Amino acid sequence: MISRGKEVLSKYFTYRRLSESDREGLFEVNIGPQHPASGHMRIIVRLDGDLVLDAEPDIGYVHRTMEKLAENMEYIKAQMLFERAAILDSCNITLGYIRALEKLLGVEAPPRAKYLRTLLCEIDRIASHLYGFGIGSIMLNHSTMYMWSFGLREVWLQLAEDLSGARLTHAYNIPGGVRADLPKGFKENADKAIKYTKKVLKDMMRIFFNNPNIRSRLEGVGVLRREDAIRLGIVGPNLRASGVRYDARLVERYGAYSELEFEVPVRKEGDCLARYLLRVDEIEQSMRIIKQALKDMPEGRLLCDEFYNKLSPSAKKLMEGERFVKFPAAFVTLKPEAGEATARVEMGHGEVFYHLISDGSRRPYRVRVVTPSFRNLILFRHLSIGERFMDFPAIYGSLDYFPPEADR
Amino acid sequence: MSLADRLRGLGKVEELKDGVVSIEVPPEDLKRVAEALLDLGFDHLVNVEGVDLPSEGKIGLIYHASSYEGEFLGKLIALKTKLDRSSPKVESLMDVWPNAIYMERETWELLGIEFEGHPELEHLLLPPWWSDIPPLRKEFKVKQEGYIVDLTR
Repeated sequence: MISRGKEVLSKYFTYRRLSESDREGLFEVNIGPQHPASGHMRIIVRLDGDLVLDAEPDIGYVHRTMEKLAENMEYIKAQMLFERAAILDSCNITLGYIRALEKLLGVEAPPRAKYLRTLLCEIDRIASHLYGFGIGSIMLNHSTMYMWSFGLREVWLQLAEDLSGARLTHAYNIPGGVRADLPKGFKENADKAIKYTKKVLKDMMRIFFNNPNIRSRLEGVGVLRREDAIRLGIVGPNLRASGVRYDARLVERYGAYSELEFEVPVRKEGDCLARYLLRVDEIEQSMRIIKQALKDMPEGRLLCDEFYNKLSPSAKKLMEGERFVKFPAAFVTLKPEAGEATARVEMGHGEVFYHLISDGSRRPYRVRVVTPSFRNLILFRHLSIGERFMDFPAIYGSLDYFPPEADR
Repeated sequence: MSLADRLRGLGKVEELKDGVVSIEVPPEDLKRVAEALLDLGFDHLVNVEGVDLPSEGKIGLIYHASSYEGEFLGKLIALKTKLDRSSPKVESLMDVWPNAIYMERETWELLGIEFEGHPELEHLLLPPWWSDIPPLRKEFKVKQEGYIVDLTR
């Protein structure tokens, strides 16, 4: 079928390097960089008729060199920086940084704070998946699903705002705790949101996922084989839709996940449809976690003793009866011992990895962050080669790729 | 036998506080040890990272690998080496772990480490016309404007 260029690399990763002469007579289509769908990026697609010979992602349009910026600021400030990589999932993406920092500092969040973190992480996961549905469906020209997804997402953003004070950039995790406690009436609102979401998800199944038009676009398209997914280090729902049972929540056991009952959904098909349906399954599991977390949440402080004891008596008094934590002055001068720490957290898009190196000063010596979208980038090439161009938006949409997060 | 014990003999093995097993090797052994790790079941890369160490005249290179199935599910291992800072060069590990492709490309771009055998060391995150030193080198200083910018200067 495809005879041009030479196939490079191992049997697990297909991609083509086309020389100048190979490119002759091919169509070259630029998808982007003016916000083709999920954000600013470009994919250079080379077509023979409507067969995709090569899809070369060109990213970096929203690159901020966050790792360098973080080296120039105090530890506590870098949280707000990394949050801006993926504001749609900010509790999850910052939790990785805060956990790595806590390991360096040798502190641990108290039980109630762990439950609250888990609660907001799951709210963000649902919101992130719904965002992905919206973007993915508009790529297939299904504007109803787009509106419904973003409409439903708003319900969860409202809950996040009630809890943290902000729809998106919560900055909720702080070293050794969280910023705010549950507001009044939160549980009732969460129950309502869960009930409503279950109803809307049923409607979504009817108009989108089980819609014959959509099925024919997604089913059997862009199949990622299990062994390829493993060897290419794919993360998140894209990995689990190919039959691999791996989730950072299972292996790192952070937050309250070790005390809560939930399943990690896995599907075998590995096609676009499986990737979408897996996210539907995950939303249901997230709601299950939220319910349990609210039911079993232990009483107690929001800040660990190490920092609480450093608060002035007047600050302690101010905190009484208040929902919000007063920041101890010690946060500005955090000075972890020299050393290194890693942390992984499961975001909506997949696993985020942080590696923090400290030289004993007030600023990190090196922060490395590998985001899930950056790890999934390889799939644009791997999955679209040999497919029809018509299927390209379906594959793109199903990957839930988020450029600002990949670019950092 | 623990993982750390099984790795002894391949390089300088250390168990870090957070449970990550670290193994330090000279650059020429990097690929051989990576292949040994792959055989053990470390089937994918989580991270490729360069750390500039100007005080030692070196650049640290770290590969974090992990496993999606079997005995070492989710276990993190750090494969470390140190390269000469003036001309950091090392063999690419793409043959061992194909997903090194973008991470090594990023490390080349942001720290200036040359990966031999890598098919596309081209700019990825920075603009194609970037001609300054790699930004994650310590001598690269971030120029910051104040909140009020004096346009007359």
